[in-house]
Amino acid sequence: MRSLRVVLAEDSVLLREGLTSLLRHFGHEVVAAVGDADALREQVPLVRPDIVVTDVRMPPGFSDEGLRAALALRAELPHLPILVLSQYVEQTYAAELIDAGRSAGTGYLLKDRVGEVAEFVDGLVRVADGHTVIDPEVVRQLLDRRRDPLHRLTPREREVLGLVAEGRSNAAIARRLVVTEAAVAKHIAGILAKLDLPPDADDHRRVLAVLAYLRG
Amino acid sequence: MTPRTALSAAATPPWRLARSSWPWRSLLYLAAGLVPAGLPLALLAGIELLRPGRTALILLLVAALLIVVAAGPLIAGFDRRKLRLVDTRPLPPRPPLRLGEAGTWREIGYAVLSACVAWWLDLAVVLLSLLPPLMLMSAPLQPSGPGAELPADAWFTALLCAAGFVLLPFAAYPITAWAGARAAVARAVLASADTDLVEVLRSRQRLAAGFDDERRRIERDLHDGAQQRLVALSVTLGLARLRVADDHTVAPLLDDARQQTAAALAELRELIRGVHPQVLSDRGLAAAIRDIAGRSPVPVDLDLRLDGRLPAPVEATAYFAVNEALANLARHSSATGGRVRAWTQDRQLVLEVHDDGAGGADPARGTGLTGLADRTAAVGGRLLLASPPGGPTLLRVELPCDR
Repeated sequence: MRSLRVVLAEDSVLLREGLTSLLRHFGHEVVAAVGDADALREQVPLVRPDIVVTDVRMPPGFSDEGLRAALALRAELPHLPILVLSQYVEQTYAAELIDAGRSAGTGYLLKDRVGEVAEFVDGLVRVADGHTVIDPEVVRQLLDRRRDPLHRLTPREREVLGLVAEGRSNAAIARRLVVTEAAVAKHIAGILAKLDLPPDADDHRRVLAVLAYLRG
Repeated sequence: MTPRTALSAAATPPWRLARSSWPWRSLLYLAAGLVPAGLPLALLAGIELLRPGRTALILLLVAALLIVVAAGPLIAGFDRRKLRLVDTRPLPPRPPLRLGEAGTWREIGYAVLSACVAWWLDLAVVLLSLLPPLMLMSAPLQPSGPGAELPADAWFTALLCAAGFVLLPFAAYPITAWAGARAAVARAVLASADTDLVEVLRSRQRLAAGFDDERRRIERDLHDGAQQRLVALSVTLGLARLRVADDHTVAPLLDDARQQTAAALAELRELIRGVHPQVLSDRGLAAAIRDIAGRSPVPVDLDLRLDGRLPAPVEATAYFAVNEALANLARHSSATGGRVRAWTQDRQLVLEVHDDGAGGADPARGTGLTGLADRTAAVGGRLLLASPPGGPTLLRVELPCDR
């Protein structure tokens, strides 16, 4: 596994330290750990990281500075992967983030997920590799909302759809559900057909299509 | 309880009233009423001295009236001050002095009345109340004996004098009561009830805004405190788990601890959302409504014509209105679809939540709608509900917002 150079923006010292040691444990390097959005925007062009991990709410306003900084960085450096950690699931934030750029890896995860350390780091690596990773909670809410054609999906297909939206590859989904990859591919083809979406082999484009569909 | 006005003091028993300061304050209040009387008295004296002709007399009277009108606010201000003598309840702030202000004209009318009419009524009441006891008390000083009204009987005059002393405390009643009544009139005119109501409304608005501020503060404290610590704890537990082999006896305990932390975080998140949603502070009402609609198990159409931010209390009230309405919709209405419309018109934010459900929503049966109506009223808005049995239900909330 490759070692990533990470810039971490998180105002809570406790959590910043925790995340730093977590990432170090998995062989990644935190090249800069900052506590506010301005420092984040200053550091990133200097250290040129492989990925930015940022909290949404940070000083000075304790509003959504982290997210705004992420969007600004996305505009300046369109190929920089960004993973946003949020205390809450806000679909508005997720939507803004996804809309901001489709050329680079994008992640939006609840902070709770960092407790599942291995999965969290796995998601981080996938974002760094250019995938889209969206928190299952966002997906669940989107699924709850759009009931119309979705009720044609079987429970298994809905499960697969959720995993697709989280940015997982066919192989990863197969491992997770303990089925063969071929079975997963069949499920996905079924889902895409039921939702009138064009079939696509590329994980990333597939996730975006699914999200775009879910958001209506 | 200690009375707060002369009028309520006049209802206390004689031994208490006589010992209290109320009769003296009332007397002072009525005596101070003679000050504005200076003007008409001076006028009368002038007429008496100059003996002007008819035209001059009319001019003099008109000039006097104009002076009283011009001095109206001054006299009214004086009356407001002396009102404290007999009415210790706080007065609402004085209305601004403007020609277009109803309060200003009330003050002028009151001034004319108190300069021309009220003072001699005051004088009459005071004199009529004090005269009998004072006359009796002065019996020993009055001429007596043959030819005088009083017989030359020392015992009898002493008795009359004593009766005067006994009666004197009772004179406190008409004086205090009259001063109280005059004060009530002064308060009614100078600090009319609608300004009282305005003050109550304002204090209610301040209370509601205070609650909103407090909620925002609680949300921030929970977010920066407990929530961050729980996340940090879950990271630590996760790292600990990595260092323990899967078959170690501690491993299941650590997994359990991690799950409990995750559950605590999820509960805390829901709690904080109920206290004050972050997206509302950050992105405003439209984004927050989109967020609620996104969570609703019943599909909700949105038609939001809101640009820019609205005042924070309006946004908070509108948010909780939509939240409550959509919660009811999902819980009770068995609707298959809903619709939220929001727009601003005539300095008002109008929200409409519509559903095709069973109807029959009754504010009397649940606390939700009542609470919502209270919240709406607190920011000066109103809530209208049409929900016939069988549906559909339309909830309309109108909130004033000066932008």
